[in-house]
Amino acid sequence: MIDLFAAVLTCFLMLAGAVLSLIAALGIFRMPDLYTRMQAAAKTATLGVGCTILALAIHFGDTSVTMHAVLVIIFLFLTGPVAAHMIARAGYISGIELWQGSVVDEMGSRFPPVPRHLASDDAAPPDAEQCPP
Amino acid sequence: MSELAVAIVPVVALLALNLFALATILAMLRMLMGPSLADRVVALDLVAALAVGAIASFAILTEQPMLLRAAIVVALVVFVGTVAFAMFLEKRGTP
Repeated sequence: MIDLFAAVLTCFLMLAGAVLSLIAALGIFRMPDLYTRMQAAAKTATLGVGCTILALAIHFGDTSVTMHAVLVIIFLFLTGPVAAHMIARAGYISGIELWQGSVVDEMGSRFPPVPRHLASDDAAPPDAEQCPP
Repeated sequence: MSELAVAIVPVVALLALNLFALATILAMLRMLMGPSLADRVVALDLVAALAVGAIASFAILTEQPMLLRAAIVVALVVFVGTVAFAMFLEKRGTP
């Protein structure tokens, strides 16, 4: 009975993870600009891969494998948002345009228009417009 | 009933591997097309996450729990690479 339950749960989690990953790839292929692509990829792929690793932990049912799987899941959920945030920030500072249909740009009032330079960047040219205080 | 459910796990693992392969192809297309370097880095990050998922599915298919170590290594290395790429993009200043 426990075998049946574990097998059904493994199949469900594995299929859910694969379908979520496919949705993430579809989002990164079809979305119009960097920021929408990135939010489609980061969140959905993290959940999908987490589901697949959880399926692996349930399938083997071993203490060592489960500890490793939990380690991978924690690491994925910690690093995914950090990496996505850093790429979005770098893309915005380097002047990648938002999609035409974007409704709000809350960073727009905090940076001068393109080309942007960080105030903390020592390599900024002297004639560059500085950030407002 | 229980034997059938246990026997169907490798079939589902193979199906999941095929879905991961399709997703990797789509992400690779974005990596080829991506108008800016940041798009390519996002696509590379997604390809690495898909590789971790595919390794997990392959471990279930072949009954090899050792393969999880490879997934850990891929996840660790790619995070460092993505952060390094983001810092490089920020310093460079042009898309």
